[in-house]
Amino acid sequence: MHKKNKDSIVLTDGSCLIIEALARAGADAFIGYPITPANLLYQYGSQRMELMLSAPDEITTLQWMSGLSMTGKLPVTATSFPGFALMTESVNMAYMMELPMVIILVQRLGPATGTATCGAQGDLLLLNGIISGGHPIPVLATSDFEDCWVLAAKSAEIAITLRTPVILLTSKEEVMTHRSFNMKNLSDISPVVRKEYQSAQKYKPYAATNLVPDFIPVGQNKHQVRFNASTHDQAGILQHSTKEAIDNTIRLEEKITKRMQEFQYYILDEQEDANTLLVAYGISASAARSATSQLREKKKKVSLLIPQTMLPVQDIYLTKCLEYQKVIIAEESINNQFGRILFGQSIPDHVTCIGSIAKMITPEQIVEEVYL
Amino acid sequence: MSTNLLNTDSLPYCKGCGHDLIAKHTTKALEKLNYKALDVIIVTDIGCHGIIDKCLNTHTVHGLHGRSVALGAGIALGLNHPDKKIIVFIGDGGATIGLQHILEAARLNLNMTVMVHNNMLYGMTGGQTSGLTPYGFRTTTSYDGNPFGGYDLCGLLQSAGSSYACRILGIGDISDKLAVAIGTKGFSLAEVIEICPGFGMKLNPKRKLGEIAESSGRKPGEWINRRDKFEMPVTKKTNNLFERAPLIKKEFTHYLKQKTTILISGSAGEGIQLAATILSKASMRSGLSVTQKGSYPVTVGVGFSAAEVNLSDKHIFFHGITQPDIAIITSEDGLAYAKQRIKQMQNGMLIIDTSLEKPITKAEIVERDFRMVGAKYAALYAILYYALKTGVISTEAVFKTLDQEGLQDKFPLALIKDALVK
Repeated sequence: MHKKNKDSIVLTDGSCLIIEALARAGADAFIGYPITPANLLYQYGSQRMELMLSAPDEITTLQWMSGLSMTGKLPVTATSFPGFALMTESVNMAYMMELPMVIILVQRLGPATGTATCGAQGDLLLLNGIISGGHPIPVLATSDFEDCWVLAAKSAEIAITLRTPVILLTSKEEVMTHRSFNMKNLSDISPVVRKEYQSAQKYKPYAATNLVPDFIPVGQNKHQVRFNASTHDQAGILQHSTKEAIDNTIRLEEKITKRMQEFQYYILDEQEDANTLLVAYGISASAARSATSQLREKKKKVSLLIPQTMLPVQDIYLTKCLEYQKVIIAEESINNQFGRILFGQSIPDHVTCIGSIAKMITPEQIVEEVYL
Repeated sequence: MSTNLLNTDSLPYCKGCGHDLIAKHTTKALEKLNYKALDVIIVTDIGCHGIIDKCLNTHTVHGLHGRSVALGAGIALGLNHPDKKIIVFIGDGGATIGLQHILEAARLNLNMTVMVHNNMLYGMTGGQTSGLTPYGFRTTTSYDGNPFGGYDLCGLLQSAGSSYACRILGIGDISDKLAVAIGTKGFSLAEVIEICPGFGMKLNPKRKLGEIAESSGRKPGEWINRRDKFEMPVTKKTNNLFERAPLIKKEFTHYLKQKTTILISGSAGEGIQLAATILSKASMRSGLSVTQKGSYPVTVGVGFSAAEVNLSDKHIFFHGITQPDIAIITSEDGLAYAKQRIKQMQNGMLIIDTSLEKPITKAEIVERDFRMVGAKYAALYAILYYALKTGVISTEAVFKTLDQEGLQDKFPLALIKDALVK
């Protein structure tokens, strides 16, 4: 991937970057159901994706996407918590069936319908337990416009490579705010190449190579294909709890935990001799970046960690948080969700969280906390 | 009876179960219509019928309870192939919980066929009442007989627009009737009425299918709509969304000394967001970095409309604005929304329409009759006035932006220019 040299400045938004990046990465279908603050994504999806359909509800959305995925499409949708809640069972189905798709989750203030036009970072813990059995689902979080571009494409790549639904986590402030943006900063994106099963031997839909089964679309005339959301063996036949079937269920867990090590994305900007580490993802990363810049201008040494691969959580996040004398996690919630994922209920004394509800965390809040 | 589509004639159902009949006669009907195994995708729901997969030589998909029609619809949309046949097996319980999916597939007239195994109760979970259980039919949760009638599924389907729906008694050779449904171009559904031997027969001894259907007003029949088969909609697409985001080149000079935060607040429908976009693009044309976000109630057509704009000669990491440096207020709605923030301003400038009450604030107050050019144009006049008053960007940059955006004829520019110089 390379970047361009010539300035190309536009006024754009994160929604536009996400959809264009997904389309260039090979996403070819968008199924939409309106929900604020994800509507811009829907609008762009309708203009850009080869196949676009308006679903009557979010359960249908995920089911249509699953059917499309079985035929070899890479479908995308965008929603917010109330819609995502309806999708939950179907996300589990797609996970079990091993269907590539990308779900853009635009966080807004909850609980329930909360405030549709107010941003938040309140859905990470939900995602951490969304799959029954505790299996991890890949979650990437955008922290700026470049992430909207790069991580959207990576979401498509992960979905295809690991045959799994992928959640692209963002928030109202990231996808609805316009910015002047220099497109020369955007790297080229090539379509993800999907390798299909080529052998003449009988196809076993859930026989895995390197933990991921080979794909072949349903409906073709070479091999019988079976997809199954219930516990199933390698042939895709429903089983109660035979060893082969349970091994397959265990493989699903291993597939994500092990293979996601190939997709560890984060920004670690360390200063030598810094005692303080700022940790922020998503929208709060913008405040953390600004705070870091302000602190360094004042010669205050500080390091910055911006997790981008949120789930499964990467070891390095915990490692880095334990290396520093003082760790400040900034998250637009009131319960330090990322900290709880890292440390459970026993968050160490050297780790503090700047939380917020119904308003963005400001750089000044972070700077103040650094000096405390 | 074994067929090319079934790999056994011993299906895993209770003795006397109508599911056996439906599975065998569906495959028989498919063979009559010359379908090959791999031209057929059978999607099964949750329920006893759903354990048929292993007996099928077709492609098989086993999904969630009630969602199989939507899942099959997704396959139909993805394949969109006239020689491929998507068949969904679903029970009366699945048809109840997934009724919306069935109606939606019928509305779109997707190329697929749904076989409803209507044994009038939830068999797999213990014989509970479903939405298709007829009035008076006894189940394990209605021992005195169902106090309510069931849906007229075929009637609903016709209303929703399915090409073909039929209700069949699950007795004898039903393959020809199923073949009519399967052979339909567009959406079709066959509701096959049967009695669950595990619960229905025991709880309703001596009752016969025909009598149940007759007495509940659910007689066998056909419901037909003459419709064109489904065609994938062809709509105009762009192959690059950025084509709709024009490049903005630096053509003017700015005189911004430090990052400036601007709140523009007025009424919905009075061009606040457009004015903010014009200010943003004019600032970009002057070499500045900008962020712009809108705030408005969920009912976008009434009440306030506000925009927050950051201007800086450096990259802007954080776009949130707590207290603005500049507040531009053009209406009562806008003032009501911004009043508290204006009161907390310790410096900066409040640019406000003369008609409005002036809040107590430490910001410099500048008033002007912005609304005299018309309520819809007041915000543009106000940002031009801001440019003229502060000199941060030139009014030429704003006018050039209007020109580039093709908006010069949308505003009374002569009137606004005249007002500006007065």
